[in-house]
Amino acid sequence: MPETAAAPAAPDFDALAVGDIVAERAFHLTRDSLVRYAGASGDFNPIHYRDDVAASVGLPGVLAHGMLTMGLAVQPVVDWAGDPARVADYQVRFTRPVVVDPEAGADVSVTAKVGQLDAEARAVRVDLTVSFEGATVLGKAQVRVVLA
Amino acid sequence: MNPELQGREFAPTAPYLVGREKVREFARAVFATNPINLDVDAARAAGHADIVAPPTFAVVVQEHTLAQLLAEPDAGIDFSRVVHGDQRFTSTRPIVAGDELTATLTVSSVKTLGAHSMVTAESVITDAEGAHVVTAISTLVVRGDD
Repeated sequence: MPETAAAPAAPDFDALAVGDIVAERAFHLTRDSLVRYAGASGDFNPIHYRDDVAASVGLPGVLAHGMLTMGLAVQPVVDWAGDPARVADYQVRFTRPVVVDPEAGADVSVTAKVGQLDAEARAVRVDLTVSFEGATVLGKAQVRVVLA
Repeated sequence: MNPELQGREFAPTAPYLVGREKVREFARAVFATNPINLDVDAARAAGHADIVAPPTFAVVVQEHTLAQLLAEPDAGIDFSRVVHGDQRFTSTRPIVAGDELTATLTVSSVKTLGAHSMVTAESVITDAEGAHVVTAISTLVVRGDD
């Protein structure tokens, strides 16, 4: 059954301006989320699921994997871009841990804003603000999205 | 940490076959909702050979190279003191289910800042044809004695 291949519509590059908020999303993490990420990624460091081990190395509690925070923070940008293949570069600095309470979990919010526009490459640098308990947890979180 | 690690290149890892269900499992774990990460028909309609892995999926392959680094006998890296400092993925093309990937690690820098050391590890990930797919760069901070 022949079907016309069609990539999902990309955002209109020419309509973007530096400072535009292109996506926002809130994520609720639980201990289940950490176990699921451990299995999916192969990172079984026990500080991400055992309170006793976290306490023994002086942590305030069980922490979310930094790579889980990085992995979810880009998702609103992927949905805005339409196709995950349009993400060409993604970098973050891990600045503060996300402590996941066994009962209450942890709420992480992501705001994605246009940081820079490269008209020649039709590429957008999207800057992410990723917050937990009112403070940012990632620094220099930048996604390069190519809309060409 | 051993400063002589700087510039060292490791042997390529054994080929990693990217399974469709592994991509789905990873996509769900990072709260991906884009159908191109999950649904074969949606991915093919967008011109991809199979479902596309999320932007951070390369960490699964990179993990094997970091294990090589930590196991290096003369590295002097105490895993219990390692903190992830920063991470970057620079792609030539996305990872798609069915890819067979090989990663080659190079230690691009080793720095000491007071009691702490910082090692930057660059893993170049290529496909079965040897073409570049993505480079994963991690900076690990090894905390010294307080």
